[in-house]
Amino acid sequence: MSCSNQETDIEEEYIPVPFSLKVPELFQQKLIDPLIPNNNPLTEEGVALGKKLFFDKKLSGNNTQACATCHKPQNSFTDDTRFSEGVEGVFGVRNSMPLINLAWNFSDKFAWDGKELGLERQALEPVTNPIEMHSNWSNVVSKLEQDPEYPILFSRAFGTTLIDSILVAKAIAQFERILISGNSKFDQYLLGNATLSLQELNGFAVFMDEEKGDCFHCHGSDNNPLWTDNEFHNNGLDASFNDLGLGTVTGDPNDNGKFRSPTLRNLTFTAPYMHDGRFATLEEVINHYSEGLQFSPTIDPLMKKVSQGGVQLSVEEKISLKAFLLTLTDFQFINNPDFRN
Amino acid sequence: MKKILAIICLSIIITSCSEDKDIILNPVAITLNFSHSWNGTEITNDDFNQLKFTNENGQVLSIERLRYLISEVSLTHESGEETVLDDYNLVDLTNNEGMSFRSSEGVLPGEYSAVTFRFGFKRADNTDGAYADLNTANFNVPAPLGGGYHFMQFDGKYTNTTSEEAPFNYHVISAIDATNVNDAVDTSYTLNIGSVTIGSNTNINIQMDVSEWFKNPNTWDLNEYDVNLMGDYDVQLIMNQNGSSVFDLVSITQ
Repeated sequence: MSCSNQETDIEEEYIPVPFSLKVPELFQQKLIDPLIPNNNPLTEEGVALGKKLFFDKKLSGNNTQACATCHKPQNSFTDDTRFSEGVEGVFGVRNSMPLINLAWNFSDKFAWDGKELGLERQALEPVTNPIEMHSNWSNVVSKLEQDPEYPILFSRAFGTTLIDSILVAKAIAQFERILISGNSKFDQYLLGNATLSLQELNGFAVFMDEEKGDCFHCHGSDNNPLWTDNEFHNNGLDASFNDLGLGTVTGDPNDNGKFRSPTLRNLTFTAPYMHDGRFATLEEVINHYSEGLQFSPTIDPLMKKVSQGGVQLSVEEKISLKAFLLTLTDFQFINNPDFRN
Repeated sequence: MKKILAIICLSIIITSCSEDKDIILNPVAITLNFSHSWNGTEITNDDFNQLKFTNENGQVLSIERLRYLISEVSLTHESGEETVLDDYNLVDLTNNEGMSFRSSEGVLPGEYSAVTFRFGFKRADNTDGAYADLNTANFNVPAPLGGGYHFMQFDGKYTNTTSEEAPFNYHVISAIDATNVNDAVDTSYTLNIGSVTIGSNTNINIQMDVSEWFKNPNTWDLNEYDVNLMGDYDVQLIMNQNGSSVFDLVSITQ
């Protein structure tokens, strides 16, 4: 007879149910399959645990902040402030990135500067960051172990009640991978289920015109519904840099001032904009590309009109472009109860 | 891509006269490896982002992004039968991806009088939005420019007439006459590597001389042609002419 105890009894019940990812129709048509690591497959139990952890303030040092504090569902999982305030009142130096369609980031480089290789690794970082959640993993694990629910949930998700930081990060990454946005007005237009106004269509034309907005080279198109290339670019924000971005990570001065292209989905909810949240409105963003570009040695050659300050859009073109960008708004995404606490 | 593969057979049996034994030849994959040079001096992405190259027109330039599309590898057997491999490959020197391309289909070992590959997609294959991996790589061409895919994105900076650094975007696509968007010229082209013996592990090593895009047969003036070239029909035709000399066979290893 085995020496049975509660821990082993729970572990013997490990029968995870594979999670069925809801991939939007357009994504199925246009994109390759999402990246799900073999060592962290999506399961119903893992996603449920990840969701609970994502919204749980126990992950912070003083139990006042959760991941969702700076990645709010109603803001397409970003913050509505320029910089996010950490548990001790210290503000960061970068705008919180929205969490959308992360399973299609095939470079697997996350954060504005690509410093986090893999979602699992990314999920580890804010917990111990002194200006974010400022905790340490032994404290977090201790709190989770003492919780009446978590040992059972970890057992169901991973077959063990032995909680550690790796499993916490895996569960959060599973939840983040299901945060899929693919049901905007423009998606429905491409599927033949919605019509666009003339202004919105004109805006899309500006977006796709190499001699106008030329947005498509970095921000996707009707054939790339991610609306980002997930690559790193210097988009001409500054002539000199306070924040080196990718250059800090690689140590290569040729990467200075480069940041990852964010998706253009759900811009309605994700203000302020850019890595440092310097632009409060979409108008400011469009004005930047139209006449606000600054030259620096690493500026992307796709910022082709930098000598003129930008692509010089007319007032009407700017209005149309904004109208088109707002067709990428996915209300279903921000109201999805599966993504809410 | 429409498959034109003329499959001789999955395996053939050749009967030896002397020993009356069957030699079974199985199809084998071939590998195309792509390297790059500037006027014959090998370059990698470590050479990017530096104003270190001088083109035929005397303009100093940097390379910051270089990726291009290869398709339709074709092998013509000595018997005259042609095998076209149903593959394509995005070579991305920027990120060092796609530099080695192993065919998903096999060909029978033997003597081939000609091996060719295509730069870009021929018109019939250049279907808008049809290739999920290229969509994901954001390699599409907008519909008003004919849709389909870029054949090449080659971006960098050069020193212009006022000694300032200016960007260039040498983007090759299927040329469209703006007066008739339905009249696309097939500016993809095939390159003949020559005769090749295909063995059990054949590597065909090909090099792009990037400087050729600026010189042969048309000397390229970046002051004249630097950005917004995708929709310029005449410039696309010049690119097509210059592209014909950029690839060379370096070696074949077995």
